[in-house]
Amino acid sequence: MEKIGEIIAEHRHREGPLLPILHAVQEEFGCVDADSEALIANGLNLSRADVHGVVSFYHDFLDKPDLRPVVQICRAEACKARGVEQIMDAATAAAGERVKLTTVYCLGLCSAGPAARVGDRLHARLDGPALAQVIENA
Amino acid sequence: MIIKISDDALARAMGADELARAFERKGHEVHRTSSWGMHWLEPLVEIDGKGWGPATLEDVDDILEGGAAEIAIGAIEQHPFIARQQRLTFARAGKTRPLNLQDYEATGGWAGLRRARQIGSAQILEEVTASGLRGRGGAGFPAGIKWQTVAKASGPQKYIVCNADEGDSGTFADRMLIEGDPFMLIEGMAIAGEAVGADRGYVYLRSEYPDAIRKLERAVELSAGIVAPFQVEVRVGAGAYVCGEETSLLNSLEGKRGEVRAKPPLPALEGLFGKPTVVNNVLTLAAVPHILVEGGAGHYGTLGMGRSKGTMPIQLAGNLKHGGLFETGFGITLKELIYDIGGGTESGRPVKAVQVGGPLGAYLHPDQFDIRFDYEEYTEADALIGHGGITVFDDSADMGAMARFAMEFCAAESCGKCTPCRIGAVRGVELIDRIRTGGRTADHIERTAVMHNAPKHGRSQEQEIGLLTDLCETMKFGSLCALGGFTPFPVMSALKNWPEDFTGRADREAEAAE
Ligand SMILES: Cc1cc2nc3c(=O)[nH]c(=O)nc-3n(C[C@H](O)[C@H](O)[C@H](O)COP(=O)(O)O)c2cc1C
Ligand code: SF4
Ligand code: FES
Repeated sequence: MEKIGEIIAEHRHREGPLLPILHAVQEEFGCVDADSEALIANGLNLSRADVHGVVSFYHDFLDKPDLRPVVQICRAEACKARGVEQIMDAATAAAGERVKLTTVYCLGLCSAGPAARVGDRLHARLDGPALAQVIENA
Repeated sequence: MIIKISDDALARAMGADELARAFERKGHEVHRTSSWGMHWLEPLVEIDGKGWGPATLEDVDDILEGGAAEIAIGAIEQHPFIARQQRLTFARAGKTRPLNLQDYEATGGWAGLRRARQIGSAQILEEVTASGLRGRGGAGFPAGIKWQTVAKASGPQKYIVCNADEGDSGTFADRMLIEGDPFMLIEGMAIAGEAVGADRGYVYLRSEYPDAIRKLERAVELSAGIVAPFQVEVRVGAGAYVCGEETSLLNSLEGKRGEVRAKPPLPALEGLFGKPTVVNNVLTLAAVPHILVEGGAGHYGTLGMGRSKGTMPIQLAGNLKHGGLFETGFGITLKELIYDIGGGTESGRPVKAVQVGGPLGAYLHPDQFDIRFDYEEYTEADALIGHGGITVFDDSADMGAMARFAMEFCAAESCGKCTPCRIGAVRGVELIDRIRTGGRTADHIERTAVMHNAPKHGRSQEQEIGLLTDLCETMKFGSLCALGGFTPFPVMSALKNWPEDFTGRADREAEAAE
């Protein structure tokens, strides 16, 4: 709770502070849950509905934390053209219950797909075994 | 001996960091430069202008001895992929260290801004307008005219907003520019500020680009004193494609849901926080420093064709042997891009389809590959250049599945403001599924007596296709922005060019079952 107060204090002087605050909260707690929404609403003098509306609009903000490691796999057109769909079964099998796979639409590596991202690390030119390896190392 | 290895995200994804460390361990000085844009060769090692790529850790010793012939490409600047280009926006690509101010200065950096400050607003506006520069984000609106509108608007506070949301799949030029030459973008924004009387700039950068965020934030710090009193701030998106639409982007910057605003009012008059605002794509703003040097506008205007002036950084993506960044004057044909430059498909199979302009762009058939890269020529062909991405598919592609994906994407990314897009896209997915399984029969509710108005005979595949066509018309004309309005392009072009991928599947499956 204290931490959220600090985050709000750090950003509230900025123009349009809500998104930077939500990013910071998501980064700190792995989610922006209902309690956080209430505190942020209070801190910025907004209604909880306003804040919830924003949180739920964006794909990046989660309402509860997921402690599993996350592997983002691009399944947009250029990666489809390079065969990402054909290696998804292998990816799902490699992930099992331990790793969370999420879909992302484009990582900007479209000339060298299939592409994946783990944290801030990117991987390109993946085939089935290479993607499985990325997932295992996640 | 100085060794150059790019620190672009794609090079890093292919192992450039480990490679650079290996050369350093051998006692060599490694400069981490921007990428030349020959992505199939990354990580590319450059020594004295000669290149080796794609290089692995095993090649290090061989390269240092001048060997490794099988991955040697000789003089990089003479490589056909580079020699054929006209690089203005990407003039520094491969050559300079992205965050090195000396490198930037030494290659003409800040000259445009210095001159802009001398000649003043009216002259800047005139030169940008005269250059013919059009917005590179998709709509191709003349930059000079937009700037004039903002310049004329009254008010003490105005903004320059750089659209770095680059959500289109198959595009990466904004990413490469920000990672490779971030000062040029900042310079372009500062010039825009000078032209319209704005002292604050925001870059709205997508969260999917961690390297670009890190580098641009650093570049903003390093150049703060140079561009002052103009101030730049980086804001990170939150994973919504629609936030690339300019009014949705402004809402997002203000801390709201990224819903699209109705126009008018134009953002130029009532933009960020209701203030006059220039919203331009990364490539539009990055083209400006070049235009503003002495004689730059005239030179820019001589390149290209028709009303498409200057150069376009084209992004070659998907199933191509030689993918990467290819900057050239407008007018080049798809045929040249795909075969002469891209080398055909990487899989070695025939090209089946090419999507130009991202997820909202049409799928073009090989019969159409003579089309020249030009805003007007594409519009005429019911297609769009968009942000200049070209995604190539070989003959294993299922175009019915790609059309379905276009609808699915629209449904997932719709901002929800208008019905044809929000609901229509969901119905579109269902319709394409039904077409692909051969039509539909009335369900048990429709067959009940009370539903006497519902047709009892189901719908044939043909009727479902008619319905899809109708739905696409409704989306085209009834949507507020291009997400709902242009999704029909990929869908209808796929249906028109490859109808068998929609109708043939049920037949094929039935055959296989027999
Ligand atoms: C759904 C949608 C997504 C868009 N995405 C982007 C984008 O990622 N980057 C961009 O520069 N423009 C994008 N645009 C275009 C912008 O609305 C706007 O035209 C552009 O930022 C204006 O800058 P320009 O004149 O320099 O092109 C998008 C438009 C729509 C309708
Ligand atoms: S077309 Fe779709 S994304 Fe665009 S304003 Fe309407 S609902 Fe929003
Ligand atoms: S389409 Fe997959 S990285 Fe761009």
